[in-house]
Amino acid sequence: MGKLIYMDNAATTFVDKRVLDAMIPYLSDKCFNPSSIYDGAQDVHEALDNARETIAKSLNASPREIYFTSCGTESDNWAIKGVAHANADKGKHLITSKIEHHAVLHTMKALEREGFEVTYLDVDSNGFVSLSELEKAIRPDTILVSIMYANNEIGTIEPIKEIGEICRKKGVYFHVDAVQAYAHVPIDVVAENIDMLSVSGHKFNAMKGTGFLYIKKGVKINTFMDGGAQERNKRAGTENVAGIVGMAKASEIAFAEMDKRIKHEIEIRDYMIDRILKEIPYSKLNGDRNKRLPNNLNIGFEFIEGESMLLALNDLGVYASSGSACTSGSLDPSHVLLAIGLPHEKAHGSLRLSISHETTMDDAKFVCDNLPKIVERLRSMSPLYEDFVKNK
Amino acid sequence: MAYSEKVKDHYKNPRNVGEIENASGVGTVGNAKCGDIMRMYLDIDENTGIIKDCKFKTFGCGAAVATSSMATELVKGKTIEEALKVTNKAVMEALDGLPPVKVHCSLLAEQAIHSALWNYAEKKGIKIEGLEKPVNDVSELDDDDDEF
Repeated sequence: MGKLIYMDNAATTFVDKRVLDAMIPYLSDKCFNPSSIYDGAQDVHEALDNARETIAKSLNASPREIYFTSCGTESDNWAIKGVAHANADKGKHLITSKIEHHAVLHTMKALEREGFEVTYLDVDSNGFVSLSELEKAIRPDTILVSIMYANNEIGTIEPIKEIGEICRKKGVYFHVDAVQAYAHVPIDVVAENIDMLSVSGHKFNAMKGTGFLYIKKGVKINTFMDGGAQERNKRAGTENVAGIVGMAKASEIAFAEMDKRIKHEIEIRDYMIDRILKEIPYSKLNGDRNKRLPNNLNIGFEFIEGESMLLALNDLGVYASSGSACTSGSLDPSHVLLAIGLPHEKAHGSLRLSISHETTMDDAKFVCDNLPKIVERLRSMSPLYEDFVKNK
Repeated sequence: MAYSEKVKDHYKNPRNVGEIENASGVGTVGNAKCGDIMRMYLDIDENTGIIKDCKFKTFGCGAAVATSSMATELVKGKTIEEALKVTNKAVMEALDGLPPVKVHCSLLAEQAIHSALWNYAEKKGIKIEGLEKPVNDVSELDDDDDEF
């Protein structure tokens, strides 16, 4: 086997060497608790302040609006449950979409069990939420709308600014799960009318166990963890200093290199989409062709199943992901692919390749050169393909 | 979730993939909803009742391919009576086990053999002792093999 070709960056990313270097001191010489009083601890506190400022600036937010958490899932849980519980006197209705991450969907389900009511908006065949459907769904007792910035499976980027405008006009809080989008595309929480925004560090070359929640000043939200005075009394617990410093470093690097990265990723993404669709019959791009994350490709191949594709790619040293049931541990294929209208057998046959700024054109060519053979081999043993050919 | 070396070998190099022209019996089980469809072809010697050849086609995950492949190996050269003894447990054991979420694949392989035999019996107008009408959806079967 040759070198590893990692095309699962939507699952997690490698920690950047510069990020690791920035973190090391806070795991050794500067291990002090930032809440302590001595000089060394104050230096650590200052490092936290700087990290908060770097991250705030990247979103056009104020440092007071950035709250560090342990991951994207925690941020989603806090934003949704925190606002629901703090505003239950105003109403008990929330709105989200059918293609959200489980961190949002299962949080909504938990609230339903408590007596809240949730509307799950349909999306169109490219995965877009309809603005008019959203507007119609907002009721006098609606307290929160939660829509993801970009979808983790099909890469579709939602009309966040327009959704934010509607929420602002109707006086409803707007939460955005930006786990896949932050540090990959520019985000401006002011211009895009965003009240809360969830981010995870390990999706942009920081370490796992880091994340943050942007909470716009004035949003009525409950404390997530009770304890000490950390994070403005809203999220107690000694800060993951090294992780936070690393996340800020990763953010700084990602934003400094963003234009270059986007250009590079789009070039490779489009090369791969064009070649795969041209060279493999009965294949289709899932998600929108243009309004999609620069690093995401999701292609459906008829008559074959995703896991067997992943295993074949694995044997070639290519790491990827699929919407097939077999990757989820349940028998149902991806809820996202079903929501964009794919029948079960097509949803099972999808392949997600999430590239990065480090993916090379040679990597892309290798995958494009080998994929047709894999698909052909799997189709040659597929009863669905046999039936299709016989009935043609 | 880890596959055994035998499972890996069978999905990388599946045995007996293909179709049999004018097969004695053909059976298809599973559905696209749960992501696995298996089709088995049997060539049965009418005089001896021996399965001379067995081929398969499968839409499904690595375990689905491996269990189909192993099932064809296990029934080839056997009598119908012996083939009925190739249960999902036998297929799993021959593969050195399956992850719990993949146990249904071995049930599907067992049912695919039964389905092809059922088709053979129907065509011949005979009754095969011990063969029950196969089910298409293995989730209907009681599955007590979760801890395997």
